[in-house]
Amino acid sequence: MSHLLDSLVELIRRTSAEIPDDVHRAILASLENEQKNSLAANAFKIIDQNIALAKNKSQPICQDTGSILFYVDAPVGYDQIAFAETAREAVTLATKKGFLRQNSVDSLTGKNDGTNVGPGAPAFHFHQHRSAVVSVRLVLKGGGCENVGAQYSLPDDALHANRDLDGCRKAILDAILQAQGKGCGPGVLGVCIGGDRATGYELSKTQLLRLLDDRNPEPKLDALEQDILKTANELGIGPMGFGGKTTLLGVKICVANRVPASYFVSVSYMCWAFRRQGVRLCNEGKIEQWLY
Amino acid sequence: MINLSFPFTEEKIRALKMGDEVLISGTVFTGRDAVHKYLHEGGALPDGVSFQDGIIYHCGPVMMKQADGSYRCTAAGPTTSIREEPYQWQVIRDFGLRGVIGKGGMGAKTQAACKEYGCVYLHGIGGAAQVLAECVKKVNQVYFLEKFGSPEAIWELAVVDFPAVVTIDSHGNSLHEAVWNQSKAALAERV
Repeated sequence: MSHLLDSLVELIRRTSAEIPDDVHRAILASLENEQKNSLAANAFKIIDQNIALAKNKSQPICQDTGSILFYVDAPVGYDQIAFAETAREAVTLATKKGFLRQNSVDSLTGKNDGTNVGPGAPAFHFHQHRSAVVSVRLVLKGGGCENVGAQYSLPDDALHANRDLDGCRKAILDAILQAQGKGCGPGVLGVCIGGDRATGYELSKTQLLRLLDDRNPEPKLDALEQDILKTANELGIGPMGFGGKTTLLGVKICVANRVPASYFVSVSYMCWAFRRQGVRLCNEGKIEQWLY
Repeated sequence: MINLSFPFTEEKIRALKMGDEVLISGTVFTGRDAVHKYLHEGGALPDGVSFQDGIIYHCGPVMMKQADGSYRCTAAGPTTSIREEPYQWQVIRDFGLRGVIGKGGMGAKTQAACKEYGCVYLHGIGGAAQVLAECVKKVNQVYFLEKFGSPEAIWELAVVDFPAVVTIDSHGNSLHEAVWNQSKAALAERV
């Protein structure tokens, strides 16, 4: 077995079984904040037990091991084709080991061949950079939270949302209201303002690679992120939609240029079972450093 | 905390109220998108499966086949229930279900069927696949494994102390409806 294959299987295992520290910290802080013995607090307790159990047993945090999204940063000349071939092999192996559910279905025939490999699965996002470093980030995005993602085209008459940051705010808050209960909250939002439809969704997902406690370097976006987080947590939706003080754990927003005719707000919702990990690889493909 | 044990009789189910926290013990059957669509289109349950006074669990578990041919459940949290909203009322009516375990809640049709036929919606903790897999003490049987694939098959599970919250009771109450109305009003004040 090659070092790269070993490394990617380990990346998948750890992503599936272990919540990143930044997310775990946010969950524990939220548990403290909920009223004792409320449905919300009891839900958080089960969530926290689950996090510990999954890590100790090296088993999936959630049985929906999700869409498998690889984000690879690599230097010029890096063989992306070889990487993708090895990653597909790693996914198949990780599925056999039970780190991933047999989770990939042929959309035409409805067949599930049990490998998690097929057209578009897993998904790869390669980014070339000038540095010599190869880093691989992995997000496992469950279907429940993916289904409550939303894309708004502004202006939106029903929401009274115009083509400005206040309109974006209304659209994002509507997405949170609509997602209640269904996306396994408390969730984290990745948002992109602008772009075409496909780019907007893609960039909204890359926001989920940010650490929860980082701050947006753009002051207007930072203010919007903080405002939406605060407002969402005043709505009383709570974990699982049971009611409570914690509706969101974080909000991350980026912008992309748009054409004059379009103004999209694309929202990706990530569940509390936020499976995101990353590694920096050395030349032979061994894991040099964990990124989260 | 209320202990809810098999058989899940109408009397036990009618005694439950919205917001009750329960621990479920006994036999439950998994069934999700493919199973509901199949039953809705007139399909029959396989021999050996009865939903009468039973509970269906919206779940696609991770199952590992053991050397002796049996299965071990290694992850088993609920999936989003609202996808079964077009079909659930009919499955409750025609197959005698007393409980539906899932997550995210269900809509008006299911709420009405719960009231009319004596059924409750039991909200599991979404994403808590390990805590809930620990409650699955045995995988008794699997049906439609070839037909629908592993996550969509009907798995017969023996569960003990499976935690859930009654979010739709058999008296017309829905926590989802209550939280929706209250959060919608709260948002209206803030935009």
